Amino acid sequence: MTPRRIEFEILRYDPDKMQKPEFQTYLVPCEEDWVVLDALNYIKDELDRTLSYRWSCHMAVCGSCSMMINGEPTLSCKSFVRDLPNQVCIEPLNNFPIERDLVVVLDDFLGKLNSVKPYLIPREKKSLEEGVYLQSPAQLKKFKQFTLCINCTLCYAACPQYAHDENFVGPAALALAHRYNLDSRDVGRTARQDVVASNLGIWECSFVGACSEVCPHGVDPAGAIQQAKIASTGDYFMDLILPGRKS
Amino acid sequence: MAFRAGVPLKDMEFVQYHPTGLPGTGILITEGSRGEGGVLLNKDGYRYLQDYDLGPPDPWPRKNAMELGPRDRLSQAFWHEQKKGRTIKTLHGDVVHLDLRALGEKKINERLPMVRDLAKSYVGVDPVYAPIPVRPVVHYTMGGIDSNIDAATSIEGLFTAGECACVSINGANRLGSNSLTELLVFGARAGQGAARIAAGSHKTNPGSAIQKQAEAAEGRIKKLFGANGGGETVSGLRDEMNTTMEEGAGIYRTDASLRQSCEKMNDIGKRFANIELKDKSNVYNTDLLHVLELGAMIDVARAIIVSALQRKESRGSHQRLDFIKRDDKTYLRHSLAHYVPGQDPDITYRDVVITRSKPGTRVYGGGQK
Repeated sequence: MTPRRIEFEILRYDPDKMQKPEFQTYLVPCEEDWVVLDALNYIKDELDRTLSYRWSCHMAVCGSCSMMINGEPTLSCKSFVRDLPNQVCIEPLNNFPIERDLVVVLDDFLGKLNSVKPYLIPREKKSLEEGVYLQSPAQLKKFKQFTLCINCTLCYAACPQYAHDENFVGPAALALAHRYNLDSRDVGRTARQDVVASNLGIWECSFVGACSEVCPHGVDPAGAIQQAKIASTGDYFMDLILPGRKS
Repeated sequence: MAFRAGVPLKDMEFVQYHPTGLPGTGILITEGSRGEGGVLLNKDGYRYLQDYDLGPPDPWPRKNAMELGPRDRLSQAFWHEQKKGRTIKTLHGDVVHLDLRALGEKKINERLPMVRDLAKSYVGVDPVYAPIPVRPVVHYTMGGIDSNIDAATSIEGLFTAGECACVSINGANRLGSNSLTELLVFGARAGQGAARIAAGSHKTNPGSAIQKQAEAAEGRIKKLFGANGGGETVSGLRDEMNTTMEEGAGIYRTDASLRQSCEKMNDIGKRFANIELKDKSNVYNTDLLHVLELGAMIDVARAIIVSALQRKESRGSHQRLDFIKRDDKTYLRHSLAHYVPGQDPDITYRDVVITRSKPGTRVYGGGQK
């Protein structure tokens, strides 16, 4: 098979040298079994060593190589050349500040992940000698889907609400909170509600559902957020009926 | 970095190949696919593992036999099949077939959804209807920075955990998922140890010796930024290194293959001095990162070769065609590679501490009692 020549238009930015980002074009002979990341690596090895981008696993489990490919938030290791036309536009992820070329600043996202207390908060802490916290397969099944998130941030790039207000806690962090809230070993829901059930939490979501569409692992953050809304609404009515109750 | 700072690298000759990676990308197809009943076939559709003391093939599946034999034996069997011309040629080199068809669509979807997705995406094969092309791929370094069970090294305050470390839970081979033990158990110990040292230390000013080291490190990077026209590239040297290591220090090694690789790696090491940094930016400079990583990889590659050259026996993942037997009398010992600037590392040995698991004869398949 002869390689197909694809024109990659890539948004470049080096804050040391440039006033604003500019497109640069590279012509790459692509094998049909390549992914876009292979083409980027070809550019890096053969054409231009200054091109900067993140990647690690090349198999859609690390979530590092997220970028906009022809306008869609995509993992470049899972975007196959065979599905793309002869011209491809590559930009850094929407809704994030650019650090350099295709590398974006993730501090805001990481802070939001932390804000939902994404760890097991058990009723009683067990010592090492007391052994592990047990769970049945049926209990695991209730939240397993929400554990599959790889923190690729595609959902933040796709979310119109996050584009509108960067203070929105956002899809992946809310889905992660939901994952722990549904965990039979966890009692941390109340502690998470300050962030999760706030105006900038689940109630900021207008259920466009773009997050779930771009998710490479079918986590369905939109579904998680709607489930959390229902549970929070329940809390509200319970508080009306039984004021001062302990949730 | 630890090696250059004077901590020895332990057992570097032991590099694990995983028997079932996808050709080209090297993406792993999990052992679970064989655990569920997948079989390995050569170009004639024959379950070739029965020819390598792993059979008989039936009943299947069963533990410690055939496709559920250890990773090193399976990778070695591929090598022999390839020599016999019984593997399958593809654009990305020779492969064998991992056949999951007997499991059926329901079981594959339930137990191996990721395998189906990876195979469909990256090699265009749906394992429900066709076998997946696979080949051995380099997977894990059993050796690493010499550490004790508290994750501490010979330099006070320097801790190590994970694949880069060698606390010796893997020995000369490795069982799947032991990397988690390395991370979770020894990562925690490293953290606790480091915190203890930090809490007990009241130094606010780094000593002048450390200041000097920092200046030297900065100087090396400045020199890279200033150098022009060296002509050697990261990808060029990296690809040569990959080929050299695969050919000379791969699944099987000999004195001749290792010596040849050693010479070639020394040459690559010399040429590395002429590497040219193209990216001179101070922001997220991955060209600089790749240059520094390549320099470190060259040192590590040399430690692997020299450790392998001096271990004149076959043990676990280290297989010598010129010394096919295990020699517990001479080599039931850890190798320690010590850094010597600009030269091959020095190798010394340390006795193995044996507690519960005694070294025995490795027998699989029908040979088991």
